[in-house]
Amino acid sequence: MAAELIRLKDLVMEFGNERVLDSINLTIEDKKFLTLLGPSGCGKTTTLRIIAGFQKPTSGEVFFDGQPITDLPPYKRQVNTVFQNYALFPHLDVYDNIAFGLRISKLPEKEIDRRVGEMLASVSLKGFENRPITSLSGGQQQRVAIARALVNRPKVLLLDEPLGALDLRLRMDMQNELKQIQQEVGITFVYVTHDQEEALSMSDTVVVMDAGKILQIGTPEDIYNEPANAFVADFIGESNILDGIMLEDYKVKMFGQVFTCVDKGFERNEPVDVVIRPEDIDIVAADAGHLCGTVTNVIFKGVHYDTIVDFKGFKWLIQTTDYYPVDSYIGIQLNPDDIHVMKRSEYSGLYGDYSTFSDEYDDITNADESADEE
Amino acid sequence: MRKASKVITVLVFIFLYFPIIILAVASFSSGTDIAVFKEFTFSRYAELFKDAALLRLVRNSAIIAIVSTIVATGLGTAAAVGIHRMGKKMRGLVMGMTNIPITNPDIVTGVSLALMFAFVGTILRSNAILGFWTLLIAHVTFNLPYVILNVMPRIAQMDPNLTDAAMDLGCTPAKAFFKVTLHEIMPGVIAGALMSFTMSLDDFVISYFVTGFEFVTLPVEIYNYTKKPIHPKVYALFTLLFLVILILMIVMNILQSRSESRREKMHIRAKAAGGEV
Repeated sequence: MAAELIRLKDLVMEFGNERVLDSINLTIEDKKFLTLLGPSGCGKTTTLRIIAGFQKPTSGEVFFDGQPITDLPPYKRQVNTVFQNYALFPHLDVYDNIAFGLRISKLPEKEIDRRVGEMLASVSLKGFENRPITSLSGGQQQRVAIARALVNRPKVLLLDEPLGALDLRLRMDMQNELKQIQQEVGITFVYVTHDQEEALSMSDTVVVMDAGKILQIGTPEDIYNEPANAFVADFIGESNILDGIMLEDYKVKMFGQVFTCVDKGFERNEPVDVVIRPEDIDIVAADAGHLCGTVTNVIFKGVHYDTIVDFKGFKWLIQTTDYYPVDSYIGIQLNPDDIHVMKRSEYSGLYGDYSTFSDEYDDITNADESADEE
Repeated sequence: MRKASKVITVLVFIFLYFPIIILAVASFSSGTDIAVFKEFTFSRYAELFKDAALLRLVRNSAIIAIVSTIVATGLGTAAAVGIHRMGKKMRGLVMGMTNIPITNPDIVTGVSLALMFAFVGTILRSNAILGFWTLLIAHVTFNLPYVILNVMPRIAQMDPNLTDAAMDLGCTPAKAFFKVTLHEIMPGVIAGALMSFTMSLDDFVISYFVTGFEFVTLPVEIYNYTKKPIHPKVYALFTLLFLVILILMIVMNILQSRSESRREKMHIRAKAAGGEV
């Protein structure tokens, strides 16, 4: 268990009548990579801006190293920020941008030169010292922004969707690089994103947020394998979410059949949400399956086929490497650890049904994402 | 059709610039009759620079223009920053109020300022309040809206994260303003200052009402000249004045187009990196 560095206590943020954050409680451990993940408007950026000191919460407190810092202005905090659009100073060149913070704290020019040099090397921008910011590509601007923040040796680096404006390929490279930088400098990163893949691949801890609330805190594996509710299950990866009834410990009933599962601790006959990940489902011959259905749609995705199967009017997404043509009648087999049972929540019934599935569902997700980048 | 529009353009330019051309030509003529160009001479300019009284007027005008520009630019920039931070409703209201003096007839502004100074003068029991300071106050007053109008859009265009970034890196709000914000809005500040300077330099109506006898500016004094025949050296002075304003305007345009192309470049780079910014 690492040491606590930042603690958010009962944070509430209201803009006018709108409640943007609703009693956020969160402990951020030292030297860890923590990601605030959620759709646009979930309050993740507001949370980050409160940690940075740009915004004061309506109520609640922020502790840094055990000290309350809620009223401390940003220039007195030991945190630095990488902004979504980089916010580099256009009137300064690369060197002067990176040296900005060190000059404000009046370090000797020699020390500044040494530290800026080191930083330029570690973000692979040697030789770019005197380039104007306007002549850099997006990826290079991104590196300058990271260097400008890290050169001040903050205890925490805050990153607000830093890869949002980059193209896919560059984003992948930068993901690896960011994780590497975090491990090298050994400080806490608090990272804000709406991209679940980014969150899963880089973080030690993922915090899933929606509508100003924290829905789940956990390791990427926890969040993916044991989602707390239908929203988390749907937001992180693809999920089939079904209505079920928990008969007793380790026994769940759905589609009129009883399945063995690994979950316990529910009331007898409690209605629950059941999550089944598309890649966990095994397709077998119709007579050998627990459930049987008809294939209604198949899309080749490269690594696998997205196969939509109709089970008594409820459509599931199944990801398989084998091809089953449309209209074929197949069966599926579910192992106990393929089934994840969740408590009912306000999100029940909203997600996880592929009945409205169409070929364009990727486009729809992308549209959501680009709206988020605005 | 195209020919007609060309002809009209030429006519418009003649209409606009012909008076100034006549003035400039007359300033180089040795005769006193405007209709006849006698001989080319620089002697009008030589006479001008020997006329101490006229030069003092020029100096007075320059002092008022420069000091009022500096004061109005400082106050106006600060006001613009403040107005920008207001709520939407309040900002609209204040901007509306700021714009009224621009459209207000100068004569109304002049008379009302004169009345106010007279009122203050009565309270202070002084009957010679009109002079340099009242003139300066009046010029700052009518220059302020121009500065605010030029600076506001720059602040609105500026990425608000830049100020946050400066504070994030250790700047106090004041330091962040001078180190970052001011650089970003500089083209607007310069445009506002240049506009103030030219407005102040050629103001007659308002100045006429708010100045006394010991501190008179060039336009006010020239008005007195027109009652008697104008000496041709005044043509020379006006020609020079026109050139100064022309140069200021050209500088302003160059500055503006330069900052715009810089902004555009940045935008294109960011776009090329993929995705919207």
